[in-house]
Amino acid sequence: MLLEVTGLNKTYGQGPGATEAVHNLTFGVQESEFACIVGPSGCGKTTLLRCLAGLLPATRGEVTLRGQRVDRTPDDMALVFQEYSRSLFPWMTVRENVAFPLKRKKHSKAKVKELVDRSLTAVRLDQFADHYPWQLSGGMQQRVAIARALAYEPAILLMDEPFASLDAQTRADLEDLTLQLRTEFGVTIVFVTHDIDEAVYLADRVIALTQRPTQVQEILDIPLPRQRDQLTTKELPEFTQLRAHVYRLIKRPDEVSGRQQPSALTRA
Amino acid sequence: MSLSLSRRRAFLLALEIGTPILVVVLWYALSANSTSFYFPPLSRMLDSFKDNWLFARFSSDVIPSLVRLILGYVISVAVAVPFGVLLGLSPTARRATSPIVEFLRAIPAPALIPFGIVVMGIGNTMKIFIIVMVCVWPIMLNTIDGIRAVDPQLIDTAKAYRTGTWDRLRYVILPAAMPQIFAGMRTSLSLAVILMVISEMVASTNGIGYFVLQSQRTFAIPDMWSGIILLGLLGFGLNVLFGIFESRALAWHRGARSAAR
Repeated sequence: MLLEVTGLNKTYGQGPGATEAVHNLTFGVQESEFACIVGPSGCGKTTLLRCLAGLLPATRGEVTLRGQRVDRTPDDMALVFQEYSRSLFPWMTVRENVAFPLKRKKHSKAKVKELVDRSLTAVRLDQFADHYPWQLSGGMQQRVAIARALAYEPAILLMDEPFASLDAQTRADLEDLTLQLRTEFGVTIVFVTHDIDEAVYLADRVIALTQRPTQVQEILDIPLPRQRDQLTTKELPEFTQLRAHVYRLIKRPDEVSGRQQPSALTRA
Repeated sequence: MSLSLSRRRAFLLALEIGTPILVVVLWYALSANSTSFYFPPLSRMLDSFKDNWLFARFSSDVIPSLVRLILGYVISVAVAVPFGVLLGLSPTARRATSPIVEFLRAIPAPALIPFGIVVMGIGNTMKIFIIVMVCVWPIMLNTIDGIRAVDPQLIDTAKAYRTGTWDRLRYVILPAAMPQIFAGMRTSLSLAVILMVISEMVASTNGIGYFVLQSQRTFAIPDMWSGIILLGLLGFGLNVLFGIFESRALAWHRGARSAAR
């Protein structure tokens, strides 16, 4: 396992006023896997992701990357946030934004230029290197954030609902771009989303979460052909079945046979 | 459409330049026959202006004023920004110092002039001290607010990429707070001019403020007016310079804001 989450719990506050965001999570992500974490809106996905990235200390349990406990963001982990406009630096050009995290890596100038050029070309923004982020469309801005993550040469890429604020067509383009980059750069991806279609379409494995306080509801292999296509993949009967299954898990957990949902029942 | 837009823009520009010219021409014409002792004709004020400031008294009065103004302002920025950053970053430091800051800020600076004269005499030190005592607060308080208001997502991004504390401050937090720091600096610039004049009027042997008061005391009313006009021009010019500097330094901010609209 590349990334292992064991008994992770995150509780905000203490005593009677405490709220448990993440109840108890255990799962793993393998090398070069594309894992989608999908859960109902407001189920604590962002809290989970911040714990995975070491930006938020867990209350109990632990996250390890290659056996090393994560208590700050590891060297070979990169993040892409949902709100691109708030994670790109508006006073830096596209090139400067992508190069910024490389400062501390002490690469030579030529190496930095090579990494930046390569990742900007990969997201098809090489023509926009000297623009400022706010001169670009939302989809292009998120591609800058992805290029920045790739230039960092991470072993694992965490993406927090990266396409949630984009329109449907741009989202489809970026989904395909992400799949393509994953093959090109051989990076492991943990992708958090509330979009069930997106999760099934992208993932090798879907990790379905319950309502708050979150726990793992089911881990589901997605045995669709590796080469995905917005039309043909989504027309496959297997896709429809998997999608329906995940939809039931997330939206109607009570209907899923033999599976009790204590948290959902007590909170209803 | 675009033609009428550019026409409209040209019209507005003409209005912006034309109106002040019109006002001056009217003033000149209407005051030409003035016999009032207190409101002499504009032509006489302009004559005094030429006699005094181009450039007979330039080095004896204007230069000393500018030196006080610039030194006081630069020292204020140099003191206020680092302290503001420190207080903006540390809630503990903010709590500890906020009563003191609020107290010092509440003292009307002219009330410190008598103290300044006793301790520092009537030279430049006292005047710069008075300017600094006023100008540091808007800059410091705006810096504190600016630093506190930096989007936590930006800081998280920097942290996630393991940017060191110093680089995070230098390349992320400070630039993000810069628009508000500039807002404080702009406020303080006008205050610096006011305090320069006040300190020169209370105790001085030269300077524009001193000149205006002396002219009034010797009933040289056109001279007095010429000093007032010079101060107006000085304040206006400083604001224009500041605006140019700001629009260069914060070009990204203007762009980002107009893109967000």
